[in-house]
Amino acid sequence: MNQRNDTEEYLKKLVKLVYDQIRNGDVPEISIKSRTKENIVLDSLLGVWKYGDQEVKRNARKMDGAQFLAKSLYSIQFILDMLKESKSSTLREMYYISEGWKDYKFESQDESNLLVEDMEVITELMREDFHLRPEENGASIIGNITIEEKNRKGEFKRINCRDDVGDSGYTIPYNVEEEKLHLISQDADMILAMETGGMFDRLVENRFDEDFRAVLVHLKGQPARSTRRLLKRMNEEMHLPVYVFTDGDPWSFRIYASIAYGAIKTAHISHWLAVPTAEYLGITASDILSYDLPTDVLSDKDVAALNSELQDPRFNTEFWRSEIETMLKIGKKAEQQALAKYGLNFVTDTYLPEKLNFRS
Amino acid sequence: MSKKTETENYRQVSVSEFFEKNRHMLGFDSLQKSLFMIVKEAVDNSLDACEESGTTPEISVEISILKEDLFEVKVLDNGPGIERSIVPKVFGQLLYGSRFHVLKQSRGQQGIGITAAILYGQSTSGEPSIITTRRKMDSVAYRFVLGIDIKNNVAKIHSEDPIIWPHESGTEICIKARGRYVTGRQSIFEYLKELAVVNPNAKISFTDPEGKKFIFEKTIDEPSKPPKATKPHPYGVEIGDIIGICADSSEGTMENLLISAFSRISRATSLEILEKSGIDPGASPHSIDKVMAESIIKGINDTKLMPPSAESLSPISEKFIRTGMLSVYGEHKPSFYGRPVTGKVAIYKGNPFSVETGMVYGGALPADQPILVLRYANKVPLLFHPGSCAITKAISETDWRQFGFEQKQGKGVPYGPAIIMVHVFGPRLPYTSESKEAIAPVDEITEAIKYAIKMELKQLRRFNSRAEKNKKMGEKFNLVSTVIPEIARKSSEILSMEIPDCRVVISKIANVVFVRETFVERDGNKYSVTEVINYTMSPVSLNLKIVFRNGDVDKKIEDLGMSEKFVYEHTEPLNVSDEAEYYFTGINPVLVQGADELPSDWGLKGVEAYESEE
Repeated sequence: MNQRNDTEEYLKKLVKLVYDQIRNGDVPEISIKSRTKENIVLDSLLGVWKYGDQEVKRNARKMDGAQFLAKSLYSIQFILDMLKESKSSTLREMYYISEGWKDYKFESQDESNLLVEDMEVITELMREDFHLRPEENGASIIGNITIEEKNRKGEFKRINCRDDVGDSGYTIPYNVEEEKLHLISQDADMILAMETGGMFDRLVENRFDEDFRAVLVHLKGQPARSTRRLLKRMNEEMHLPVYVFTDGDPWSFRIYASIAYGAIKTAHISHWLAVPTAEYLGITASDILSYDLPTDVLSDKDVAALNSELQDPRFNTEFWRSEIETMLKIGKKAEQQALAKYGLNFVTDTYLPEKLNFRS
Repeated sequence: MSKKTETENYRQVSVSEFFEKNRHMLGFDSLQKSLFMIVKEAVDNSLDACEESGTTPEISVEISILKEDLFEVKVLDNGPGIERSIVPKVFGQLLYGSRFHVLKQSRGQQGIGITAAILYGQSTSGEPSIITTRRKMDSVAYRFVLGIDIKNNVAKIHSEDPIIWPHESGTEICIKARGRYVTGRQSIFEYLKELAVVNPNAKISFTDPEGKKFIFEKTIDEPSKPPKATKPHPYGVEIGDIIGICADSSEGTMENLLISAFSRISRATSLEILEKSGIDPGASPHSIDKVMAESIIKGINDTKLMPPSAESLSPISEKFIRTGMLSVYGEHKPSFYGRPVTGKVAIYKGNPFSVETGMVYGGALPADQPILVLRYANKVPLLFHPGSCAITKAISETDWRQFGFEQKQGKGVPYGPAIIMVHVFGPRLPYTSESKEAIAPVDEITEAIKYAIKMELKQLRRFNSRAEKNKKMGEKFNLVSTVIPEIARKSSEILSMEIPDCRVVISKIANVVFVRETFVERDGNKYSVTEVINYTMSPVSLNLKIVFRNGDVDKKIEDLGMSEKFVYEHTEPLNVSDEAEYYFTGINPVLVQGADELPSDWGLKGVEAYESEE
């Protein structure tokens, strides 16, 4: 995405709001869209879930609200200074820089990340506009797709993600916008995104990418924004269907939901990140029963997460309700590598072909 | 062999010989314990001597290792010294001394302790002890090299020489003995440390076998009050006591005997008891037999008598406990010092006793460890056999959970950041053994301890709820006095605009008048600073009463404007743990935080209600 020039104006507008409230003798208060599963609605035009109209007010009446406002002001000043000097920093660097803010420093990196997301929601800008970037998370791709990535010299370097990379594939950078990454060409039929590295390696070794003309993506657990954004671009610009292959547990369902529907935490940019046509190929409760897979017992946290998903509007479909309820009933979950019960080739020879046929 | 010779044979076994064979009864039951006992007996004697003569004690303990398990213990005091002619009896004869026959609270083991220590030294090292003593009136000190003639229960003097001594008065005892030196909860160091807690008027220095020197300085310069001897109270005397007293008495009649031998018996009550017992008031005490003694006891129990006098009790005193705990445990920076509690006088078997407690809490004390219990009987720390002691029993049977401690099912020694000291005192306390290492867990004593502990814990509860309230108030205060102005400042800085006036916002958020105490340090002293800040929308007036430990200060505050601050700095320096209390009148109570409304009965009774007894 192109960085905007009006970032400073937007941020100062926010500061002015607080300033004027104090001058008028009003307790400073900022409204922000409620970032909960109760406040996400389906954008029927785009097919993704976005924040609804519910708002929460963060005000300075209580210590935590006042701290939030003060920390936001410190962060804004930091961002404005970076803009002025044309610098950028990682989210982690900002967390460490806040050490110097003494009473207003962040208690954890989670706190600073959340605050940056809140500021995105409030200003409707993106963190890239703030010159803030995440750490590399090392998600990777193997498959017959050709891209060009701008290197440190400023030259675009062409890479085929099957022929020009090693066994661990092409590592997805944090910025995957046009200014940094061009999608050149592809010769594939689909994208298969995997939760675990073990399964990614298994499919690479079994040459699934070649046999099934698939682009393999390793999600590394809950996928980073850039991974989801690249899936979105490959889906939209190269017209490749996306399949998501995960473990069979409530957390894996959420990985799929964040790719297909949009994540609750980042629903303000779902239109930028989500692939509404992505399909779920992960282990289901039905798979556990029909393939008689080795399982683990659901923990208390698992059960709570499944019950929470039953309340989540994104999972309010017949398929998900029945799978979640079945999983709660049998009280079991399974990893994708449990398929190895039937041999190392079972996943590529039987499971995935069966699932893909069933879907199409 | 006739019966008579048998008795004579028995008599030939002297007391010394008996104890030589049964020294575990006196606590000399292991190498480490024996070394400990030597120090304890010598130091206890020194403290008793100083107390009786009105001296603030200076005691030095030095332990050096001679070879392997052979040690030399040297204890020097600044007491009154001992008249040379009685030195052999005091140190060389078991059961000598006045204490054994008089009803008086004292530390030592009724005249057997120090002799047992000398005896132990003699039999394990083969060497006599060296005693040096000097009274103020004497121009020289006398040095005795002294052992014990076990068969005849007398001192064996090896030499006795006058020497030039640098000390004006005092006694030094030097004993060589086998032993083992240990550190930890049951060590000589711990004993001296716990002594320092209850003797803040003593300077106690200690040199360990490695030559390391520790000093507990005195923090109060006033001598301890010696206990007084009293006669036994009639409640709780047993048949044997009556028969013994009657047989030894020189009184002519039972009427007079009861009056002279017991406390709290007047002529009228004496006659009442004897009438109820069916005994002629004119009967000779020597005629009293077992049956008659039994009816006298019944008569005593049927007669209403005054409770025993507390005169024979010698408490450590609130001031000493407070100061002692402060100086010894101040290094843990406790957040709360409980005001010492003294229980009422209770009776066990006719003898009065009472309980004192003290407590420190919080700060750097470990919260995940059992509380530290300091047990004392008649001012002597009890380090051994905690499991069988009345103090441990009382602590274990008290439910500490409601006071913020962890305790399994409300039983056992609780876990939490606290040190509690419990002192049980009185003449003839019941112990679990001759060596007086644990107080017998009899109901009367256990209950009295529980009561005092509860009083102590009630204070802690008040402190905790006040701390909770202060924390909330502190957060709100910090919000309006720091964070809101910072938001105003930062937003204006970013916009390069003038800092907006945030007083209205602050008043809207707080809408109270804060009363708070801060402290300043000047010239090594700590002073209390009272701040009253008006965070309401309009000017306020109020009367503030500031209660310091050493007196009240009244302040009239008039027309304090919005966000204005009234400041009062107290002129007298404070003790470390002191905190002022605040009371107000003349303002709507809901507008004030950090102070309480002045009770309407102020001046009629104290604010601190916890000292009242049931």
